[in-house]
Amino acid sequence: MFTQLLAQHFVHTALWAGAVVAVVSGAIGVFVVARGMSFAVHAISELGFTGAAGALVIGIDPVLGMLGGSLLVGLMLGLLSLRGRERDSAIGAVLAFGLGIGVLFLSLYQGYATEATNLLFGSIVGVSGTQLRDLVIVGAIVLLGLAFLYRPLFFSSVDPEIAAARGVPLRALSVAIFLLLALTTAEAIQVVGVLLVLTLVITPAAAAQRLTARPALALVLSITIALASTEGGILLSLAKPWPTSFFITALSFAAYVAARTLEWSRGRQKRSSSKLPRRVWAVR
Amino acid sequence: MSVVAVEDLALRFGERTLFDGLGFELERGELLAVLGPNGTGKTSLIRILLGLLEPSAGRVVIEGCPPRERCHRIGYVPQQRVFDRDLVLRGRDLVRLGLDGHRWGFGRFGAEDRSRVDAVLAEVGATPYADAPVGRLSGGEQQRLRVAQALVADPVLILADEPLLSLDLAHQRGVVDLLDARRESAGTPVVFVTHDVNPVLHSVDRVLYLAPPAAPRAPRSSGRASPALPATLAASSWAIGTPDEVLTSDTLSRLYRTDVDVLRVRGRVVVVGTPDDQHVHHVGNGH
Repeated sequence: MFTQLLAQHFVHTALWAGAVVAVVSGAIGVFVVARGMSFAVHAISELGFTGAAGALVIGIDPVLGMLGGSLLVGLMLGLLSLRGRERDSAIGAVLAFGLGIGVLFLSLYQGYATEATNLLFGSIVGVSGTQLRDLVIVGAIVLLGLAFLYRPLFFSSVDPEIAAARGVPLRALSVAIFLLLALTTAEAIQVVGVLLVLTLVITPAAAAQRLTARPALALVLSITIALASTEGGILLSLAKPWPTSFFITALSFAAYVAARTLEWSRGRQKRSSSKLPRRVWAVR
Repeated sequence: MSVVAVEDLALRFGERTLFDGLGFELERGELLAVLGPNGTGKTSLIRILLGLLEPSAGRVVIEGCPPRERCHRIGYVPQQRVFDRDLVLRGRDLVRLGLDGHRWGFGRFGAEDRSRVDAVLAEVGATPYADAPVGRLSGGEQQRLRVAQALVADPVLILADEPLLSLDLAHQRGVVDLLDARRESAGTPVVFVTHDVNPVLHSVDRVLYLAPPAAPRAPRSSGRASPALPATLAASSWAIGTPDEVLTSDTLSRLYRTDVDVLRVRGRVVVVGTPDDQHVHHVGNGH
């Protein structure tokens, strides 16, 4: 049965769609983790849901509503360019209200409830040829954007003070990364759903961060982990009829746990191999 | 010809004047220490020189060009800020950002750039930990990398804002030596903001002392606004000159408008009697 399914056209489409979303999510995840934007990812994806629910109510394509919702929130958060706790509480406040509106929209919507479930938990096997084309276009925009912004974006993520002193436009970059993130989120929602976007945008990058301090290698590792989790998850769901999203989250979390374990055992080796204290402090 | 020319510079936030009429020139190889208690505009002066803050009046020219046009590379060494332990960034990546981090695109990192980064890492003695994650390095090691990051682009001017804060004496010495070496080899002038002049005292050519502006003396019992003060009283006070000219009881007493004693104890400068106790403490024990 597995091989029969594998020959199906919709399975190919799903695998390609998953690959596009995984590459884009894994790439932007590196910046999202470096900037400490995990909570913002969650907010953008949940408000993408509100946008999609709104679109269902007025009878237009929910993907458009989702894009609109996440872009609007991304733009707002980017313009505010808040830091630390202030950002967390601002996002929390906006997120709660946005979800409330989403609940209202869903109650107003008279159509099939499956549409809502798909939004929340993903529906990768339902991706059509046109949707795949749109995913590729949006994905290409995000990747080109990231490639163009790579150095200043990286600079401002790890070392904002010096970056500003060198003339890097921090606020413009903040808006740019939030907009690219909004596009990525709208993509990832179609694969894993609103509630599980973090599994592609945060987990792979967080795992990569445990494995290397080399920025370029971290980018490659993050994309690889996202790709392996997505494609592996889709294939596993063909073998066993459990939700695809479950398999994807399980695989990416396994990669994260493995990375932490590897880091921990490396640290142990290092500590036991050197008899001297790691650093000798100068005596004052 | 001077590298930096500051003319009649003023900075005001609302009714508060941090400084005005400020003017000085900086020659090649010179080290100017900017001293003064908190809130007198030391960091704001650095931000003006970096082109990040517009002064309320006056102008700054760096090698014939206003700072905001960024015609020239300026090396900036900030206060030691602890990097996140898990940050994906090695020492050499931090230095490389100083070379091309502000440029668009991925960029090709050629052999020439690589050897430039390697050379600067060696210059500051950071080669042994160049490939370690910066978040795992000590404050002194991070600050050496900061100096390398500032030097890698071959700057015409170095601005250092409290670069010795929270470093132990050996590492303070190390950072000052690196800046001295650069002044010697390339003639790059340095503006060095610090609340404690002692670690740099033997390297300093001139001192710019920014004293707190006179506070409007409103009677505390009544909540009413004080009558307008004469301009001379409301104005800020500053002094510039060699350490021997500025760090004297006379000069600082005039700046603070109260009796201040400057003592020289075992080659250290100790200031006693400024209205801000914290300042006395810092200058006194050479923290």
